[in-house]
Amino acid sequence: MAVQGERTFRDVVIESVGEEIFDCYQCYKCSAGCPISFDMDLLPHQIIRSVVFNQKEKALSSKTIWICASCETCTTRCPNEIDIAKVMDVLRQIQVESGGEAKEPRVPVFHQAFLDSIKKTGRVHELTMIRNYTQKSGDLKEKLKSGEWKNDVKLGMKMFLRGKLKVMSPKCEGVKEVRKIFKQAAEHKKK
Amino acid sequence: MKVSFFPGCSLEGTAREYGESIEAVCNAIDIELQELSGWNCCGASSAHATNEFLSIALPARNLSIAEKAERDLVTPCAACYSRFKTAEKALTGESPVDVEIPFKGEINILHMLEFLCREEFAEAIGRNITTPLHKVKAVSYYGCLLVRPPGVTHAEHCEDPGGLDTLIAKLGGESVFWPYKTECCGGSLVLTRVDIIHRLNSRLLDMAREAGADCIVTACPLCQANLDTRQEEIGAGKGIKYNLPIFYFTELMGLAFGNQGVDKWFGRHFVDPRPLLEAKQLL
Repeated sequence: MAVQGERTFRDVVIESVGEEIFDCYQCYKCSAGCPISFDMDLLPHQIIRSVVFNQKEKALSSKTIWICASCETCTTRCPNEIDIAKVMDVLRQIQVESGGEAKEPRVPVFHQAFLDSIKKTGRVHELTMIRNYTQKSGDLKEKLKSGEWKNDVKLGMKMFLRGKLKVMSPKCEGVKEVRKIFKQAAEHKKK
Repeated sequence: MKVSFFPGCSLEGTAREYGESIEAVCNAIDIELQELSGWNCCGASSAHATNEFLSIALPARNLSIAEKAERDLVTPCAACYSRFKTAEKALTGESPVDVEIPFKGEINILHMLEFLCREEFAEAIGRNITTPLHKVKAVSYYGCLLVRPPGVTHAEHCEDPGGLDTLIAKLGGESVFWPYKTECCGGSLVLTRVDIIHRLNSRLLDMAREAGADCIVTACPLCQANLDTRQEEIGAGKGIKYNLPIFYFTELMGLAFGNQGVDKWFGRHFVDPRPLLEAKQLL
C-alpha cells in the first residue's frame, strides 16, 4: 500500500495519459485489433487493468510493453478515448528509468543504439546504429555461432550494391543543440 | 511554390530512390523543396519509448527552424510526420509542454502524400502524365502513422483512407481494394524481432496477392523496406515466390511522367519491378 501523499505507480501513469484510463470497461477492442497480440503475455486490455489496479510489477515485467509496435490501432479504436499506445510508452519510460531488466532486453538496447547515434551526429547513421546494436545486444555473438551472420552480410552487400548503405556518417550543423536536448532530457524523469 | 523539406534519416540510405523520385516529381510540377537547414532526427520510436521530453524536444527543434523560415514543412516519412504532428499537439495544445524551444504552430506540417494530393497540384500532375499506368493493378498501403491516431493526424478516414487510391487512378492505374490499407508492418521491430516482422509482412503480401494486385504502393520508407527487402526470405520460408514490386508512390508518378530516372530508382529495389512494367509495356 502506498503511504498517503506519496505518488503511486498509477498516479505517475495518469499524469501522462489522463483519467480516461478509469473508463475502461474491458471491451477487448484494443486487444482484438492489435497486430502483435499473438505474441503478447498480457493483452492490451489487461495492461490497462493492471495500471488501474496499480499492479506495477505485473505491467512493467510484461513482454507486451516492449513488443508493442506503436501502431496506434488501439488508441484509434478505443471507445473510451484512452490513449493506450501512450500508456505503453509511459510504462516503457518508467521501466527504462528504473534500470531494471526488460522482459525483451533487445528492444531497449536497440532504442539506446538508435538514440546514441542521434546524440553523436544529430541524425541516425543506419550502418553505425546497426553495428552498435548487434554488438551490444549479443546478436552478433549469437549469429556468429549459428552461421546466421552470412545472411546478414549477404543482405548488407545487396544494400550496398543498390546504393542503399550510406557509408559516411551524416553531418548536422545543429549537433550541439541536439546534445543539449539530450542533457535536458536526462533531467526530466518520470519519478 | 516553395516549402521546407524534412527528408529524414532514411532518405540518404535505405530509401534513396524515394528521395530521388520526390525530387524529380516536385521539379516537374514546379515545387521547390528547400531542405530544412540543420535538421536533426525526429527521434522516432526510440525517443517516445524511452523519454517523453526527448520525444517532444527533438521534433520541436525542427518545427522551430521551419517556423522561422515561414514556410510549411513537408516530410516524406510517415514516422517523422507522426512525431512532428504529435509534438505540434503537445506544444500548442490546451496545456502546452515546455521544452524551451519556441514554436507557436503557425505553419502547416504535411506528409508528402497529402501535400501532393492537394487540389492546387491536380492540374500540373494531369498535365505531366505522358505514360498512363494502364493495366497496373496496385494496392495502396498507407500503413499506421500516416493516418493514426486521428486525434493527431486529423485524417478524415483513418480506417479506410483514399488519397493514394485516387492518385493511382489519376495516374491511369487500377487501385485494387484490399482490407489491409492501414495494417502494421512492424516498423520499429525490424532488428529486434525479425520473426514478428516476417509474420506481419507475410500477411500483407498474402492479402495483396489474394486481392489480385501485382504491386504494392507505399508512402513510408519503413513499410517499403520491410516489404521489399524481406520479401524473398518470407516467400522462401513458405515455398512461395511473391514477386510483388513495392513502389514508393512518387516512383509511380515519375513513371507516369515519363521521367528518365526511373531505371536508376527501380534498380535499387530488391524485388525488381522492371519485368512487370516491361510486360505491361510501360518501360
